[in-house]
This record gives sequence, C-alpha cells and structure tokens, in this order.
Amino acid sequence: MPETATTPTPAPAGLAAADAAHRGMSVAAAAQAASGDGASVLDDGSPRSPASTGEIFRVFTRLALQGFGGVLPIAQRELVERERWLTREQFLELLAVAQVMPGPNVVNLALIFGDRALGLRGALAALSGMLLLPLGVVLALAVVYTRYASHPVVAGALRGMGAAAAALIFSTGVKLLPALRRNVLGSTRAFALVALMFAGIALAGIPLIWMLAALGSVACTLAWRRFAP
Amino acid sequence: MTPVIPAAPHGSDWLGVLAQFLLLSMLSIGGAISTAPEMHRYLVEQHHWLTNEQFSSMVAIAQAAPGPNLLFVAVLGWGIGGCVGMCVTMTGILLPSTTLTLMAARWGEARRSTRGVQAFVAGMAPLTVGLVLSAGFILGKPGYGDPWLLALMVATVIVCVRTRLSPLWLIAAGGLVGAFFG
Repeated sequence: MPETATTPTPAPAGLAAADAAHRGMSVAAAAQAASGDGASVLDDGSPRSPASTGEIFRVFTRLALQGFGGVLPIAQRELVERERWLTREQFLELLAVAQVMPGPNVVNLALIFGDRALGLRGALAALSGMLLLPLGVVLALAVVYTRYASHPVVAGALRGMGAAAAALIFSTGVKLLPALRRNVLGSTRAFALVALMFAGIALAGIPLIWMLAALGSVACTLAWRRFAP
Repeated sequence: MTPVIPAAPHGSDWLGVLAQFLLLSMLSIGGAISTAPEMHRYLVEQHHWLTNEQFSSMVAIAQAAPGPNLLFVAVLGWGIGGCVGMCVTMTGILLPSTTLTLMAARWGEARRSTRGVQAFVAGMAPLTVGLVLSAGFILGKPGYGDPWLLALMVATVIVCVRTRLSPLWLIAAGGLVGAFFG
C-alpha cells in the first residue's frame, strides 16, 4: 500500500487551524490567515468514480476494517485523499445529509455514496462492505476481550487507542474546515457557525436535536437569502 | 463473549425486541450510540436480559473494534440470543434509517439545483464540521486528566492533519502509549 505517498498537503494551513481550535481561538481567523497556501491537490482534480459494485464493496470493507474507534477519519482519507471518488466539498455535502438523517452518519454516507454511484446495488454494496467483515471481527474480539479485560496492560492499551481515535475524529473536522471557505454564507459566518456548534455540543452539552433545530434554521435561512434569484 | 444470560427472550419476545429497535432506529439522529441509554433501559432494567456489566463491556468492545460504532447493537443482540438476536436487533436498527436516508437522499438529489436544497446543504455544512469537532472533543474527555494521553492526542491531531500517514499507525501508537503509561 502506498502509505508513503508524497502528494503535498496544505500542512501549515491545517496546523494553524488545529492549533487555534485547540486553544479555543477564532478558527475563522486562523483558517483565513493560512488560506494563502491552502490550495490542495484535491480541489482541482476531477474526482474519479467507482467502476463496479465489487469495487465499492472492497473499498468500504477496507475502510471499515481500518476504522478503530470511528470510521469517519478513514472514510475521509480513503474516499477523498486516496480513491478521489469525492472532493472535500462533496464529502462534506454527503456528510451533512448523512448527519441529519436517523442512523449512524458513516453508514448513511456509505448508502448515499453507493446509491449515487451505482443506484440501489451500489448502496447495498457499500452498506454490506461497511458491516459484514467488521461484524465478524467485533464478535471475535468480544470473545477475546472477556478473557483479558482485567489485565492492566490491555486496559491501558484500550484507553490509549480510545484517545488516539478521538484525536483522529477531531482531525477530520480540522481537515474539513477549508471546504467551508467557498460556502455561500461567507467564510466568516461559516466559521462562526462551526464555533457556535462546537460551543453548544462539546462545551455546553446541549442535545444535538436542539442545536440542529436552532442553528440549522438560522444557517439555512441565511443561505436561502444568499441564493436569492 | 458467551455471557451468563440472566434470562433470555423467547418466542413472541422477539417481536417486542424488533419493534423496540425499529423505533430506536427512527430516533437515532446523531448515531446509534445516542440511543444506547434507551437500549440499556429496555434490555437491562426492564427485561433483565443483560446485566449492567455485560451491557457496558459490550459497548466498550464495539467502540474499540474496527468498523462503525453501530456494531455494538449486533453485539448486544448476540448477547441476548446468539445469531437470532443479532439478526433481530440489526434488522431493527438498520431498516427504517437506511430506507429513510435513501429516500431523502434521492429526493434531494433530484432537486439538487433548487434553491431550497442548495440552501439546506450550504447551511448544514458548517454545523456538520462543528459536530465532527465536538465528537472528537467529547470522546477524548477520559484522557484529558492524563498528561501522557493528552500529549498523545495533541501529537495525533498534528500528525494526522499535516501528513497522510495511515490512521492505523496513530491508533497503534495510542495503544502503545496507553499500555506503558496510560
């Protein structure tokens, strides 16, 4: 596997944003400051598309099996950076739809992606790829876990893996920030909405449904006005 | 895990289980894990099909394993009734949400150039990014009190954002740090 691929990434831009997000500073300011070198290879390359249901099944199996503690970071990496089936903007668009529907966001994302690529067959291929093999692995792990769960090294390793998994999910959010620069709301408003959402959910612990209702109606109304004919 | 099952569902119990998970599927906005408290109430407190400890460790295993977190539902189903249980809970949790998602996605796709759909997608995009950042922040909470884990998380974010190193290596590094210092 070409893990050492040398495709350039907008490292300084991402770093500045990550740093700012960590310190609770204005994400908008950091992202804008770094926007000069933010142009990624992903933005101008026209995305490829999957050739067959078999290919969809394989790619979704591969990404699900790598997804320890969350599949989202891997899905972003495999679909956007590696296969280039989606641009960062398209990924964010699918995720936005997947997020507001009931069900796990990655499963919904797989369904919608498969459906758009190859119709219902594609959707079922993506869904079964996402679930079948990982299901076997989870059940096998459940058997092993009960034998060694009380061992302190195993418990520590699980804690460490959980922490790394959380950091990977946070990083996925940081990587998606530049996709908002072209948002019709304007980047300042878009980044302000990101900050408000983060404050409400992560810091204040407000239930998701209320945040979606409150901020979602504001954001969609603002966007509606911007799209005025 | 072949748990000592305090009691097991029989016959018509399975219809009740199916109905319960069909309902939870419709309520699982934000992921199946958001309905875990309700599953706990139903499986542990109301029916005593699982003990508290069994329920917690089943969720923890599914979180640590590869694949969507949704699979904790399969482990719970397997815990209350083997293969049958797994099929019942997974069908219940998947059928309504996948059907609804496919229908909504197709409806939106057919109208993607309309002002309403464009405004919806553009408006929801920043909230989605905020939600992903929040999920990472909240899931990291157990590690914030431990300097080693905190350093690990900061380093993981930096490496993940600036390089294309496979996340698997970062998870493995997390496991090592946790095993020796966590």
